[in-house]
Amino acid sequence: MRDLQLSLNQTQKVRLDAALHELQTIAPASTSAAAVSVADTIPVNDEDNILKGHGTSDQDGEVVATLCGVVERVNKLVYVRTLRARYKPEVGDIIVGRVIELAPKRWRLEINFSQDAVLMLSSMNLPDGIQRRRTAVDELNMRSIFEENDVICAEVRGFQHDGSLHLQARSQKYGKLERGQLLIVPAYLVKRRKQHFHHLEQYDADLILGCNGFIWVGEHVVVGQNINIMEDKPSLSAEVENFTPLETRRHICRLGNAVRVLSALGFTLTAELIIETAEASVSSNFEINDMLGAEFYVQTAQREAKRRADLLRKKSGTM
Amino acid sequence: MEYVNPLTGFRVDGRRPNEMRQLKGEVGVVARADGSAMFEMGNTRVIAAVYGPREVQIKGQQVSSEEALVRCEYRMADFSTGDRRRKPKGDRRSTEISLVIRQTMEASILTHLMPRSQIDIFVQVLQADGGTRAACINAATLALADAGIPMRDIVTSCSAGYLCSTPLLDLNYIEDSAGGPDVTVGILAKMDKVTLLQMDAKLPMDTFETVMELAIEGCKAIAKYIREVLLENTKRLECQRCLRPDFVSGHFLQQTYMYRAIFVEIKAYKAAFGSED
Repeated sequence: MRDLQLSLNQTQKVRLDAALHELQTIAPASTSAAAVSVADTIPVNDEDNILKGHGTSDQDGEVVATLCGVVERVNKLVYVRTLRARYKPEVGDIIVGRVIELAPKRWRLEINFSQDAVLMLSSMNLPDGIQRRRTAVDELNMRSIFEENDVICAEVRGFQHDGSLHLQARSQKYGKLERGQLLIVPAYLVKRRKQHFHHLEQYDADLILGCNGFIWVGEHVVVGQNINIMEDKPSLSAEVENFTPLETRRHICRLGNAVRVLSALGFTLTAELIIETAEASVSSNFEINDMLGAEFYVQTAQREAKRRADLLRKKSGTM
Repeated sequence: MEYVNPLTGFRVDGRRPNEMRQLKGEVGVVARADGSAMFEMGNTRVIAAVYGPREVQIKGQQVSSEEALVRCEYRMADFSTGDRRRKPKGDRRSTEISLVIRQTMEASILTHLMPRSQIDIFVQVLQADGGTRAACINAATLALADAGIPMRDIVTSCSAGYLCSTPLLDLNYIEDSAGGPDVTVGILAKMDKVTLLQMDAKLPMDTFETVMELAIEGCKAIAKYIREVLLENTKRLECQRCLRPDFVSGHFLQQTYMYRAIFVEIKAYKAAFGSED
């Protein structure tokens, strides 16, 4: 209920509570057992050589959590996985960010990390697609590539010696994102997957799930087409030609609202779940703006509870 | 005026001397903040929002590149007190309380884990009924924990006073404005360390000790409550997030065992029929 201000009526409240309660009962007991809050002692069964990972500290020989989250154990390593914290970058993550500043030879991006990320001019493909040294002219023309407030998709390159985070965009699929919506959700709701770019053919839309919790829903762009637009400055007729059709805009809004509802409910966002939610809204005749209302919110919660219950039943059936 | 009834031993609002007001904590009340919380102690109601860790906004304020910069702003809403009065920003009282809250929270935040960034804490008093300082610190703790900022321990705070030769826990506005001593204590609940101690009157040494003990007991009770709130919130988020990953990874586990079985078979085969690969 963090992001949506809903006024539920009595029946909706009861239904929502029932659905959320079911989600809690479905979740295995180990989940609630592993949850810790700040300054809780993490039980370790006297193994002398455990490794204390993130979110833990040593106090008088006890392992104590410094964060609220869930205790994870990997062999000897014990760490606390946070929920609702800012994004922690890992090398190779695909992220979406917003340009906030142009500095010499670099752009600064807001990516929901504790510092701003840096995208160097030298670590991205030039619009003409030729590999060459970046000249002073390129540096002067940086604003023609990305301006302030542009939304960009890039990849985490790594930390530099001075602790700053560097990005790279060395592929055609990275770059400026246009004609769509940027949605910001808590970073823990996006899982690292093989695939973060999704082309939703039935909607003619692109969905990019940035690991940092920035989600892009926009008109489908054929890779490589972007560059042509940049080279020959589009005339007015080309502009009209490239106009996003109303139907596609509607689809984008629908997908965007599906993401909003799911993130307000705190469900992990996957492409399948987002599509499923958008389709459910179509099949039960919800207008796009009504998707953010109380009724759809409750229905989504109920659907997810049912889906998980089915999954659980199927699993226990095969065991 | 009698603040403790000599016959029944009850206080003006009907509490016993060592009784606290009702606590209520709620996490996630501000949509755009990284972490936020509402905290109520009786009629005192405070809202806290935490932004960060984020890039340092004004580079001149950065003290060291090894540690995070913590900032705090305390404000009282115009409608928080009995008489509605426009309060100028940055008056002496609110500057002092901002400083107190900042220092108290900084003692608990592990600032060295977030170099070159800043954490902003905004606390606003919505209803003032005594003990706003303590309530603000409690709200800030909840909000910081919600924002996922690593902390040494939970900081809680509680006030206590001494009126009618009785130590009183958690003073309300009437008792607060009686002019008696008002001791505000902030502690790190688990480590049992004091991070804040303020008193604006004189007290004999031995009385002071009993009053402070009482305040510390109050702090511990608040810590217990705050921990419950946080744990419940964490469980709820985790349960809603998804099914536990073991549902997926069980599949992989089976595969690994299968491969291992094949490997063992090959080994046995080699042992039996000589090792000509």
